[in-house]
Amino acid sequence: MNFVAPELYPATAEILVALMALALMLATAFARTLAYALAQITLAAAAFATLLTLGADVNHTFSGTFVHDLLGSLLKLAVYLAMAIALLYGRAWLAARRLDRPEYYLLAILMTLGMMVMIDANHLLTLYIGLEMMSLSLYALVAFDRDAARSTEAGMKYFVLGALASGLLLYGMSMVYGATGALELPVIARAVSNQSASEPVLLLGLVFLVAGVSFKLGVAPFHMWVPDVYQGAPTAVTLILATAPKLAALALAVRLLPGGLSALAAHWQTMLMLAAAASLILGNLAALAQHNIKRMLAYSGISHMGFMLLGLLSGVVEGKNGLAIDAYGGALFYAIAYVLMSLAAFGMVILLSRAGFEAENIEDFKGLNRRSPWFAVLMLFVMFSMAGVPFFIGFFAKFAVLQSVVAAGHYWLAALAVVMSVIGAFYYLRVVKLMYFDDPVDNAPLQAPAGVQVILSLNGLAIAALGLAPEVLLALCAQAMRTSVITG
Amino acid sequence: MTDIPFLSLAIWIPILGGLLVLATGPDRNAQMARTVALLAAIFGFAVTIPLYIRFDAASAAMQFKELAPWIAHFNINYALGIDGISLWFILLNAFITIVVVIAGWRIIQSRVAQYMAAFLIMSGLMNGIFAALDGVLFYVFFEASLIPLYLIIGVWGGPNRVHAAIKFFLFTLAGSLLMLLALLYLYNVSHSFDILAWRHTGLGMTAQSLIFFAFLVAFGVKVPMWPVHTWLPDAHVEAPTGGSVVLAAIALKLGAYGFVRFSLPIVPDAAVAWAPLIIALSLIAVIYIGFVALAQTDMKKLVAYSSISHMGFVTLGFFMRNQLGLEGALIQMISHGFVSAAMFLCIGVLYDRMHSRQIADYGGVVNTMPKFAAFFMLFAMANAGLPATSGFVGEFTVILGAVQYNFWIGLLAATTLVLGAAYTLWMYKRVVFGAVASEQVAGLADISAREFLLLALLAACVLAMGLYPFPFTEVMHASVDQLLEHVAAGKLTPRP
Repeated sequence: MNFVAPELYPATAEILVALMALALMLATAFARTLAYALAQITLAAAAFATLLTLGADVNHTFSGTFVHDLLGSLLKLAVYLAMAIALLYGRAWLAARRLDRPEYYLLAILMTLGMMVMIDANHLLTLYIGLEMMSLSLYALVAFDRDAARSTEAGMKYFVLGALASGLLLYGMSMVYGATGALELPVIARAVSNQSASEPVLLLGLVFLVAGVSFKLGVAPFHMWVPDVYQGAPTAVTLILATAPKLAALALAVRLLPGGLSALAAHWQTMLMLAAAASLILGNLAALAQHNIKRMLAYSGISHMGFMLLGLLSGVVEGKNGLAIDAYGGALFYAIAYVLMSLAAFGMVILLSRAGFEAENIEDFKGLNRRSPWFAVLMLFVMFSMAGVPFFIGFFAKFAVLQSVVAAGHYWLAALAVVMSVIGAFYYLRVVKLMYFDDPVDNAPLQAPAGVQVILSLNGLAIAALGLAPEVLLALCAQAMRTSVITG
Repeated sequence: MTDIPFLSLAIWIPILGGLLVLATGPDRNAQMARTVALLAAIFGFAVTIPLYIRFDAASAAMQFKELAPWIAHFNINYALGIDGISLWFILLNAFITIVVVIAGWRIIQSRVAQYMAAFLIMSGLMNGIFAALDGVLFYVFFEASLIPLYLIIGVWGGPNRVHAAIKFFLFTLAGSLLMLLALLYLYNVSHSFDILAWRHTGLGMTAQSLIFFAFLVAFGVKVPMWPVHTWLPDAHVEAPTGGSVVLAAIALKLGAYGFVRFSLPIVPDAAVAWAPLIIALSLIAVIYIGFVALAQTDMKKLVAYSSISHMGFVTLGFFMRNQLGLEGALIQMISHGFVSAAMFLCIGVLYDRMHSRQIADYGGVVNTMPKFAAFFMLFAMANAGLPATSGFVGEFTVILGAVQYNFWIGLLAATTLVLGAAYTLWMYKRVVFGAVASEQVAGLADISAREFLLLALLAACVLAMGLYPFPFTEVMHASVDQLLEHVAAGKLTPRP
């Protein structure tokens, strides 16, 4: 057996982050105050490396287990950005609660590495390793406030259910392997489209795969962990949980379903259709009844992920994938838009909290317009954007996926999504109502550090700016899908 | 014709002006906020005047066209243009914005900058609705204009404002999201969001009917038509005076405008097939809501119901598809813009002094406020459709159109002259005449110079339009004729 040194160039960013994670591990022992800076430097360096290796061509390495393409690069850049912002927002919050420990940043960087591996996976095992790396770091992060019962309970819940979902996924993968004899996604794709695989086994495996993906995305009926974990986790961790992992989960879905099993699209699209419909209904209706803003945003996140699925499930119509680029591009655009909005929303929750006070109730937003008109208007942007009102990015996200649903001819699904959007608008409007129509109960000045205020402002403005000019991002998302999924 | 993008200016000057007003910050700079707002409103109106002067009334084509790619990925363009149908609404809107800024000058004392900014931004967005020639651009302006109005009702409104604001928002959002699906369907058929190109997009009867109903819900809620009108009285009663003025004068016109711009030309066969339904709903609005208005004890509610009834006239005029009906309806829309604005301002004048909108609390106002009583009289008459006021021109023309279409429909429509006179003049009598009702009424001060200016401006418009409607109708003919021909030809042969 002759050994060929793998080409390392496509994996520059991953290798860099892995090395930096080791450095961070050393820092936890010897230079505990440097951890935050190191984490941010890691993310910046990784972004730099990804930008340097950015290109439209698709490269495989590590014997075809790893792929470097535009889709991966775009998702990874979004992940770095989300993680960098989340760490920045969370830092002062953690410090005020004596949780600002270097292990936090180490786990965050390890989790980033896991997401990167997941995003760049071209092989079922690579996918699984990345997923586990992300999930295990996240379980620990959720339970990071180890003296708080709620945090540890959330960590436990997340761990047990997450392990179950990983098991389902792995089981599904083993069946796909059994049916096709391959673990590499392009090989699986070929085997499935040649119909050389045993279909019943494949379909059974597919059910488990979709269940696992649904769990990681947090869509109904595998959403049960979402509200409890979001509420129980420290807010800084909820912020992480609600943002970057959604991008990684989208990558998981895209690599597995359109990437590996596009010949079975008719089957998984039907499954996703049910999941999307259930998420839209359940997420929006349950969010109406929430008083805790983290729970409300959790349920709203379920409905948003349901909306995102609308893009994933309308790519292939009657065996033809002519609409696929726009549909999957729309889903990617939706995910990025959701991450931006979610960052800002949880950023606001953190902004309103201070030592000894958690702004966890929706009522805590009362009278924000009198306390800080600037942040009130930014939160207004976020809420209307989530509700899908123009001129905000959330509108074009909904527009893009609804367009593919209508193009695919699933009118009933489009109508359902629209009706649920109206119901959903109610709870976003309620937040705006509290901020603008009511008088403040709590008149304490906002205490967040200047850096957080500046980045949060930019975050809010980006939601409006990308709503006015979504063209570049939309085109980029479609381009990423064109180079990666269809030819890959 | 010209290189100056007047339409873009009409849209963006108020919006940028609004942002500038916001920048003046807290209430200690209120006077500056007011001044900047007034300047922005006047400037915003000034740039709309060339639209009228340079408008070529002989042409039915879109004029002052602007075109720039916006979102090439979906073939969405920043396409603007106006024809004889939309021209006057932009002027009306810009004019009403000045009125609203002046009307809120003294009354609004808290969060002045935000109040003025909300109105200016909304005014720009509404100009965008009237000028948009791209489906998505239209939709974006259409929905975005909900945000400022939601805030205006909710922040500066009456005691039950939260309920009213949320009801208003959700009703309109529900309608407009269905319209979005219709727009997406049209895009998938035609690969374009060009509203004018959609006139020639081939559509089967089923598709046309479904699109027609999606539009009907979206625009019907906005008009509002019976039976989806219930948000309007709530919103009107709770909104501050400026909010009521804009709501009645401009926001209600958006729905009706949508019927002319979308329903009639894009799905002409469905519009013809379902016209009896619309006509029936319109007549219910005219007659039933007219009776409902008669029973009101709250002045604002009464005028709100009268608005619904008048808008019923507008939809009636549209769907009879003859020149008299359509032009009459358009004139009625503009006239109602002036008259309802003036009615709400009059009620605002009274409310500012008495803090009551109940008819029963008033009586004998003429003794203490003679100048006001004279203005109020004129507007009440215009609301009732008295000849020589703007209200008469529109109503009379629509009734003529209705008689031409079907005598019995004309007869039913004509009852509005009786009902309108009954509820308006009866209210006027109870409020203004009779014995002085209370100490409070006895102590009322007549209108100030600022209020006089406002009411005089509107009175001039109402009278000018009533006595010499030619400048209003002149620009419409070409566009209206073309639209009617298009609807008459239809898209399907043979017509089902």
